[in-house]
Amino acid sequence: MTLMTSQAARAATAEVLDVEGVSVSLEGRQILTDVSFTIGAGQFTGLIGPNGAGKTTLLRVILGLQRPSSGTVAVLGQPRSRRNSSIGYVPQKVLLDSDLPMRAKDLVALGIDGNRLGIPLPSKRRSEAVREMLHAVDADRFADARVGNLSGGEQQRVLIAHALISRPKLLLLDEPLANLDLRSGQEVISLLARIAAEQHVAVLLSAHEMNPLLPVMDRVVYLAGGRAASGTTEQVIQPEVLSKLYGHHVDVLHVHGRVLVVAGAAPVPDAGRTAGHVAEVG
Amino acid sequence: MHQLWTWVFEPGLFSSQPVRVAAIIGGAVALVSAVTGVFTVMRGQSFGGHALGDVSAAGGSGALLAGLDPLAGFVGLGIVGAGVMDMIGVQRVRSRDLATGIVLGAAIGLSALFLYLEAISGATTGAPAQILFGSIFTVSPSAIPSVVALGAIALAGIAIVWRPLLLATVSTDIAAARGVRVRLTGLVFMLALAVSVGLSSLAVGAILSTALLIGPAATALRLTKAVGQAVAAACLIGVGATWLGILLAYDSYYWGSSHQGLPVSFFIVAVIFAGYLLSGLAAALSAARRRQPAATPPATAQARDKVAA
Repeated sequence: MTLMTSQAARAATAEVLDVEGVSVSLEGRQILTDVSFTIGAGQFTGLIGPNGAGKTTLLRVILGLQRPSSGTVAVLGQPRSRRNSSIGYVPQKVLLDSDLPMRAKDLVALGIDGNRLGIPLPSKRRSEAVREMLHAVDADRFADARVGNLSGGEQQRVLIAHALISRPKLLLLDEPLANLDLRSGQEVISLLARIAAEQHVAVLLSAHEMNPLLPVMDRVVYLAGGRAASGTTEQVIQPEVLSKLYGHHVDVLHVHGRVLVVAGAAPVPDAGRTAGHVAEVG
Repeated sequence: MHQLWTWVFEPGLFSSQPVRVAAIIGGAVALVSAVTGVFTVMRGQSFGGHALGDVSAAGGSGALLAGLDPLAGFVGLGIVGAGVMDMIGVQRVRSRDLATGIVLGAAIGLSALFLYLEAISGATTGAPAQILFGSIFTVSPSAIPSVVALGAIALAGIAIVWRPLLLATVSTDIAAARGVRVRLTGLVFMLALAVSVGLSSLAVGAILSTALLIGPAATALRLTKAVGQAVAAACLIGVGATWLGILLAYDSYYWGSSHQGLPVSFFIVAVIFAGYLLSGLAAALSAARRRQPAATPPATAQARDKVAA
């Protein structure tokens, strides 16, 4: 009894996600080096970094799809196990062919029990749960449309509904804004911010561009060269912090409420060059 | 009326033992092919399905040469082929075509050898045509129990992995993150596919098994929106086309004066092909109908914006 209580207490106080000293090397190449950060319940966290910084690898480690060479990942205070319904996942590239005979509501329903064996029997409770979920992501309009015929932004909503219907405590999204136009991207971001607050789901979203996320991010995990810095945006998006990550000097410029991370002068003695070049327009 | 009846159903159709056996075996095989076919098309494994047909041909001709039941050869070597294809990388899209092509080439080579040896041994005539293009009217009634049992096993396999298979078809990453054993699920499907192709090799021949696998499924996928609907439609189309093909082949005996029946496999495949063409027409028509009324409001809205600007 006391054991149960202490376990419950630990789960209640534990961070939703605790990444501790994770390093990954693939085929002799060091992808991640000693990455540590935590995410609290209902927090919206941006996983920011240039292409090739190791964002996808980090997400795959959290999901248990990639074994780290060292370090640990704990979800809700428990060591990461392969079967874990407390994480919802929207991968980067989901090719939904227009030939795929699946309506938006069918794809969302697969989120309930797609990992179980057997053919699902039609049930009122299932379809009601699917209807509610589609409504929550503002996708009722195209519930009956083939997923392959939807626009990128609409597909993203359906995939988010698919990931959320099993009521996870943590939602991981890999570059969900990558193939969206500006407006669809904004809509997806405000939807995620609303859901994080309403359903008390922690969101970890990877992006190479942080500006669209600035209004909604509670915290940022900044990845560069396989190393990470985490904290509030004010703590992390600082020249000293990012220079250390990149291994060379970078400047952080604030332009009309937007943040630009700009590489400083190259450390090589090059008298002709004084101006830096933009490493990342963010 | 009676004349029309006898014109459609030529005399002796319903009392003919070969026709009854063909209808039972053809129906069962078409059903299994249709269900596996929908998943094959959805997963983009049509080429793999065809290669398994060639593997079945090698198995069937080998069995014939060894004096065994061709069905055992069709299904047996098909299962081995599916296992080999899985081992050398059928689960990865990039290396899939390669693995398939290599297995396919080896299988056709084996068939060539077995059928040549069979021909020079002179034990049977017409073995190549029977193995490659099928002759369902010559199948013995004693094959019915094993066909039905093997078909039931294949269908049960697909029913068991139904949901994980769909999830892995949408995204292997999502499926793996949900704890689905993606590789094992894919292997179960490949084995069911091998059994299904082996069965249709018996019915319409190893080479034409692809038509029975892909045709009804592709037609159904054009006409339906959900997986359940697609599977049901594919079953109807597959069984319907098979029975219609059997009927036409039987009737063809009475066409002209030569009294030479034409091959059943040709009619089955012809009906499937015609159905596919028709479904394309139907899909294009319904798409055009959907586009027409929808095209008007945005156009006026645009015009309004222009006026406002």
